[in-house]
Amino acid sequence: MRYGNASSIHHFGQAAKRALETARRQIAESIGCGPREIVFNSGGTESDNLAIFGVARLHPGCHIVTSAIEHPAVLNACARLETEGFPVTYVRPDGEGIVSPSQIQAALRPDTALVSVMHANNETGVIQPIAEIAAAAHEAAALFHTDAVQTAGRLPLKVNDLGADLLSIGGHKFGAPKGVGALYVRKDVSISPLFYGGHHERDRRAGTENVPGAMALGKAASLANDWSGLAALRDRLERGILQRVPCSSVNGAVDSRLPNTSNIRFRGVEGEAMTIALDLRGYAVSSGSACSSGAVEPSHVLLAMGLSPEDARSSVRFSLGPSNTRDEVEGLIEAVVQSVEHLRRISPDFDSAENERTPAHV
Amino acid sequence: MSDSLIAVAMSGGVDSSTAAALLKRQGHNIAGLTMQLWNQRRLPQLSTEETTGRCCSLDDVYDARHVAEHLGVPYYVVNLERQFEDTVVRPFVEEYLAGRTPIPCTLCNTFIKFDRFLALADSVGAAAVATGHYARVSRNEKTGRWEMRTAVDFSKDQTYFLWGLTQPQLARTLFPLGEMTKAQVRELAAEFDLPVAKKAESYEICFVPNGDYAAFMDAYLAEQGDSRPVTRGAIVDTEGHELGRHEGAHRYTVGQRRGLGVAAPEPLYVIATDPRSQTVTVGRNDALLRSTMTVRDINWVSWEGLTAPGRASVRIRNRHVPAPATLSPLADGRVEVRFDEPQRAVTPGQGAVFYSSDLVAGGGWIE
Repeated sequence: MRYGNASSIHHFGQAAKRALETARRQIAESIGCGPREIVFNSGGTESDNLAIFGVARLHPGCHIVTSAIEHPAVLNACARLETEGFPVTYVRPDGEGIVSPSQIQAALRPDTALVSVMHANNETGVIQPIAEIAAAAHEAAALFHTDAVQTAGRLPLKVNDLGADLLSIGGHKFGAPKGVGALYVRKDVSISPLFYGGHHERDRRAGTENVPGAMALGKAASLANDWSGLAALRDRLERGILQRVPCSSVNGAVDSRLPNTSNIRFRGVEGEAMTIALDLRGYAVSSGSACSSGAVEPSHVLLAMGLSPEDARSSVRFSLGPSNTRDEVEGLIEAVVQSVEHLRRISPDFDSAENERTPAHV
Repeated sequence: MSDSLIAVAMSGGVDSSTAAALLKRQGHNIAGLTMQLWNQRRLPQLSTEETTGRCCSLDDVYDARHVAEHLGVPYYVVNLERQFEDTVVRPFVEEYLAGRTPIPCTLCNTFIKFDRFLALADSVGAAAVATGHYARVSRNEKTGRWEMRTAVDFSKDQTYFLWGLTQPQLARTLFPLGEMTKAQVRELAAEFDLPVAKKAESYEICFVPNGDYAAFMDAYLAEQGDSRPVTRGAIVDTEGHELGRHEGAHRYTVGQRRGLGVAAPEPLYVIATDPRSQTVTVGRNDALLRSTMTVRDINWVSWEGLTAPGRASVRIRNRHVPAPATLSPLADGRVEVRFDEPQRAVTPGQGAVFYSSDLVAGGGWIE
């Protein structure tokens, strides 16, 4: 029955349509919105693009406010709009990686049509004061979009609590396969589509629906995952590393953070080398962002927080998932300790004697 | 054979892919690494349709990754763009502008492949590095010194670019293809069923599209906001008579015949370029012949040094047949080379490599 096209009239199509609408209700319920407010698409990047171009196309030349620590899906969409004559303001975060509502407010102009600030940053895990930022945007009659790819499906989240008019969801971040996502569009908000074809998704996203993907997304959302419990494991990892590795410190605010993320700076260590060394031992961590070839470039998020390029390059991101165990974390701590010791021993730039006089503080 | 990890520098070409496959077959524990050295999207004015075979093109990274996957070995791309620009590209441009003709491949081998890459290999826990270069390295058990020899396939020999390797570097470097001919390597690549077995070879300098140095330098200097004041001058004969004008001395290299734009009854060649006065001197072929030259910044490879005049064959550019000569040490570590027969187009800035039969004694830069 699932081989039907959900837009077809015949009963094969109707069965597919039922599955699609069940999925839509599941995802809507999980974020506290109506099913009509969900637009299925291919994932977080398309959601961000649909939100940004979708609003911008209806407000030619409008001003857009975003932050300097957004995902490239937002930053590069905005950069593209700049080339088309849309002015964009990129608000920098503070040293803790937090985007301040008052700075967003200060950036607003009478012609600001859209404010886009992510819910939680993917590199530092820092959760942004979204409700206040949304309130500031609304006061200036601008729409508010949030990229919630890091939080949706992982933490309890309601669109009304956040004050979001548009909210991006990526499926593979919480158990659905890669290649499916959704954009929440509040019912009285109009957006222009990214591409043209049939009348799917209420004319907001043309193209035959990815029914199996949507079903998986709905199912994953209905499981009401709550990763908050991972914080204990993450804290164990972080404390274990900070206690045993001199001159290491956490990047970003520690008390307003995703429960599964830790971004740690190891003075005198190349994050790229450490990433490879740990991968060869079976641990997948990351450093900076991958460019098209797969090589690592220093993190734009850490640079925006005021870290020097050298400090940004010596930072490594650890992300845990629900399947990780305490034993794995203990093994990772040991691997990190050994890897940092080895890297510092052979590094011409790291003088351990000098650094012992300035013990690290978290 | 051994569990200690070997980091193989993989470019996506046949040679490095086959080197990796050979080491894997010998039972070594290997990881493939591709060095991202230059962003080909920089200097878009130089972009050409053909990007394969140019260093760090996405196609080459794709090929290297495909080969690693085929061999079932870990694979990573490492970013050495900053180091490459600092130690290879900028010195290359400066040397050219100073009227010399540099070889970036030697700089890259000395400062990137056998320095930064070796350090990176060390960082990730690899005991040694391997590349697809055609050269041989072995330890002289009597003296304890690491020695380098020309490749068995002399037509593919790459020792001209490898004279900068130090003893500690040689001790940790493997050249699995040094004993093989190119034909054998092709056969092996086919036997290993490598996805790149039939890939064409690239000869040009990796970051300079179509071998157009002048266009590269113009684009690079423009990107850097560097406007050198004097870019025009005179083309003169050996007596100093002006024969024409040119658009910048850096566009000419000693020995060049084409593109002079000067009419003459007999073929004329560039004899010398002087960046200060922006003078390009041209003359007959025999004016290019030199019997002596001085070589600086010597790195002794298989020889420990030179304390008294000695005999060697000297290569003054890639593919040049090493010419017999007498080497005399100068007080400051430089070496004076006196060729038995005068050599054509001795070019300042190029490398000079000293050979004693197949042994690479050492090398340096021609003054």
